[in-house]
Amino acid sequence: GRRFLISEIHFILLFSRQGKLRLQKWYTTLPDKEKKKIVREIVQIILARHQKTSSFVDWKDLKLVYKRYASLYFCCAIEDQDNELLTLEVVHRYVELLDRYFGNVCELDIIFNFEKAYFILDEFIIGGEVQDTSKRSAVKAIEDSDMLQETVEEYMNKPAF
Amino acid sequence: MPAPIRLRELIRTIRTARTQAEEREMIQKECAAIRSSFREEDNTYRCRNVAKLLYMHMLGYPAHFGQLECLKLIASQKFTDKRIGYLGAMLLLDERQDVHLLMTNCIKNDLNHSTQYVQGLALCTLGCMGSSEMCRDLAGEVEKLLKTSNSYLRKKAALCAVHVIRKVPELMEMFLPATKNLLNEKNHGVLHTSVVLLTEMCERSPDMLAHFRKNEKLVPQLVRILKNLIMSGYSPEHDVSGISDPFLQVRILRLLRILGRNDDDSSEAMNDILAQVATNTETSKNVGNAILYETVLTIMDIKSESGLRVLAINILGRFLLNNDKNIRYVALTSLLKTVQTDHNAVQRHRSTIVDCLKDLDVSIKRRAMELSFALVNGNNVRGMMKELLYFLDSCEPEFKADCASGIFLAAEKYAPSKRWHIDTIMRVLTTAGSYVRDDAVPNLIQLITNSVEMHAYTVQRLYKAILGDYSQQPLVQVASWCIGEYGDLLVSGQCEEEEPIQVTEDEVLDILESILISNMSASVTRGYALTAIMKLSTRFTCTVNRIKKVVSIYGSSIDVELQQRAVEYNALFKKYDHMRPALLERMPVMEKVTTNGPTEIVQTNGETEPAVLETKPPPSGLQPGSQANDLLDLLGGSDITPVIPTVPTSKPASAGGELLDLLGDLNLTGSPVPAPAPQISQPPFLLDGLPSQPLFNDIAAGIPSITAYNKNGLKIDFTFERSNTNPSVTVITIQASNSTELDMTDFVFQAAVPKTFQLQLLSPSSSVIPAFNSGTITQVIKVLNPQKQQLRMRIKLTYNHKGSAMQDLAEVNNFPPQSWQ
Repeated sequence: GRRFLISEIHFILLFSRQGKLRLQKWYTTLPDKEKKKIVREIVQIILARHQKTSSFVDWKDLKLVYKRYASLYFCCAIEDQDNELLTLEVVHRYVELLDRYFGNVCELDIIFNFEKAYFILDEFIIGGEVQDTSKRSAVKAIEDSDMLQETVEEYMNKPAF
Repeated sequence: MPAPIRLRELIRTIRTARTQAEEREMIQKECAAIRSSFREEDNTYRCRNVAKLLYMHMLGYPAHFGQLECLKLIASQKFTDKRIGYLGAMLLLDERQDVHLLMTNCIKNDLNHSTQYVQGLALCTLGCMGSSEMCRDLAGEVEKLLKTSNSYLRKKAALCAVHVIRKVPELMEMFLPATKNLLNEKNHGVLHTSVVLLTEMCERSPDMLAHFRKNEKLVPQLVRILKNLIMSGYSPEHDVSGISDPFLQVRILRLLRILGRNDDDSSEAMNDILAQVATNTETSKNVGNAILYETVLTIMDIKSESGLRVLAINILGRFLLNNDKNIRYVALTSLLKTVQTDHNAVQRHRSTIVDCLKDLDVSIKRRAMELSFALVNGNNVRGMMKELLYFLDSCEPEFKADCASGIFLAAEKYAPSKRWHIDTIMRVLTTAGSYVRDDAVPNLIQLITNSVEMHAYTVQRLYKAILGDYSQQPLVQVASWCIGEYGDLLVSGQCEEEEPIQVTEDEVLDILESILISNMSASVTRGYALTAIMKLSTRFTCTVNRIKKVVSIYGSSIDVELQQRAVEYNALFKKYDHMRPALLERMPVMEKVTTNGPTEIVQTNGETEPAVLETKPPPSGLQPGSQANDLLDLLGGSDITPVIPTVPTSKPASAGGELLDLLGDLNLTGSPVPAPAPQISQPPFLLDGLPSQPLFNDIAAGIPSITAYNKNGLKIDFTFERSNTNPSVTVITIQASNSTELDMTDFVFQAAVPKTFQLQLLSPSSSVIPAFNSGTITQVIKVLNPQKQQLRMRIKLTYNHKGSAMQDLAEVNNFPPQSWQ
């Protein structure tokens, strides 16, 4: 069928240099088994990449855009005709947001606070598209949401339903 | 009952596991605790437990038993619960799960929640993974939120709308009113997502596109916003390395591309801003280049003036020289797209492109290779071939087949001399001999045959090539064939081009026999070798007995192909020895019809008819065999003979054999088909001896046309031609047209006639019938009706229309008498 000229991130993976998955966000529906297979395959491909190669890998009918930040690989799968250079900026912006929230973010932050990493991502991207281009507002929304979370006492006392 | 352990504590504990088994044990223990906690319907710790479950899920362990718990969390009043609940839903409750739809009501309520962060969670979840039904149910809520003044929610609603449209395209219309004021927003988030939404709508619907171009005057609005972005001062919030909101700039450029495509007015309106962005964007960092890249793509896709196009190609040229590999990569990708339309401009960057062949990056190499082939022409062919042959030598195996094919093609088109051509072929065969595609072999053989003055040189070089190593099948096949044909030149040392080698007849037979015996030789290769040996019986003088012996041995080979050949050759020696010299004569020069692609030459008693092969068969490759089966199903009745039509896909070189089999013992008039069997397909069956043109010159004029079929907007007309000199043949040209408002695709026409007739279908002009009668598919049918019986035909039509597969059978009974009497 017709290929649309649409920016659509298919999925985002974060993994360590040993291939351990730290975050997976899928914007398409796939069986769990299939997702696992894809993750294994892609981790293998990217970990095998030579340092002096480009950040882009042709994979099936998609393109993988990846970049390593310290011990973490960030990998985005985009449509074949999408703007790869801009995707690199998207990845970089996400790292900046994490850094702003956690303060000098490192892999351990993502490991122990994975749910926050997801919250931040969901504040930045919806349905594979960037929702806000401001450096501050995504983090501010998360911080405000954090404030909304009940304290332990509040939590215990508030009725669930 | 102690409280379940906290999330972070669990993470810490699991990380201390030293083996996979230890980890699994910890996980199982914790899962058991969580399960019993779920069973107890504990509200307090549900959130904590689900969070832990999500962590374990990321490690790869099953978490489906937490699905309903996520639903409960979403329904909870506590924000903490909702946050984890929605996260869990996005991870565990995709549309394939039975309980997915149970979320709908909760999401609906939360879309109307008093707290915007709750609304945000709902919008995000719906926009990331809502199923079609859910989207249908909640589209109205999304549309409402698209009109809110709260920019935090508005931007999310816009992306949610995008998702809804992707899932349920029919709902696109309902979002149209809400888009009216979207671009008046100051908030960058809303602007960005609005542009995304507008892009989605314009790409999906030509009506929307027209509407936004004309009625909404979208182009001037976008130009204005883009201009403001570029001119405005420093905005710390949206700045990336001195560039203001590159994300928004790129999305605007992309939307402009869609609006400007095929539209002169729109393209003109954006000309200036594109030139401005192209010249003023800072290029020192990736972000600037990302914008330039998008600008180039837009310029190349719209109706831009030539000055702008040249500017764009020059940007790409500069990209090629950039140290950053990523930039070089996108440059090559883009140049590949434009090389056909802006060939001369791209030629200027040829040497840089060729340098990229040496890059370490596989993707860059591939693009450089494809571009290089696109740039070869008569002037640069020697230099380019040198580089490409060097590349063939050193590149990764995944490239070799394509590279070899590309070199053959280019050599055929632009060879400066026959010697150069043969040398190039040799070089490819010896360097990448095992990667050469099978269909290249007959092509090469034909080339060699036609280079008459090079025969001695060619056979000598080929002989030397396989002496040391006869494992590369395509090389061995070509070599065997040549040795069989020109072995006499080989042993008589007649080579002019280079120092002739000394080789005896026995030595030649040694190598051919080694090929026959070797385990590395494919069956096909053995066939070549045996036939070559046989041919040498008329070219060699001293070793005929040896040849007889070899041939008789293979008369009992278990390989049926070899056995058949050997038996036939044996017969030649015994009963038909007087025919042997004539049969094994040197192959004549084959007439070639030049086309743009690799051609398969079909020998028809001295006449030739090219059958053009496509190198990449389209995905809907119908095999002749399966079509015959369909027709057999179709026909049922015993008085009808099924026929295999030709379809617009590539066929393997031996396809002609199938046609021949089907149409039985048609006597091929003229000299016997030469026994040596290069894989050249058999002549077309039906019209031997007749001029091989699709239409006749001496047509019987005035046969009325008929409408053979007219249903559901599909109309098929038949027009007729007959030759006065051969009235048994009627040539029917069918024209299929489509009066509906949607194209008909994958159209296949099949026909069957009564047994006394014979039918040949030639390839159709295409497989798409455009809507509104704006074009037709034509196809030629040749009918042989020697008994001048009344023409009848049963036809079967298959095509795709409005998203469904259509099929129909019909009888055509209204043939005018002039078409068959």
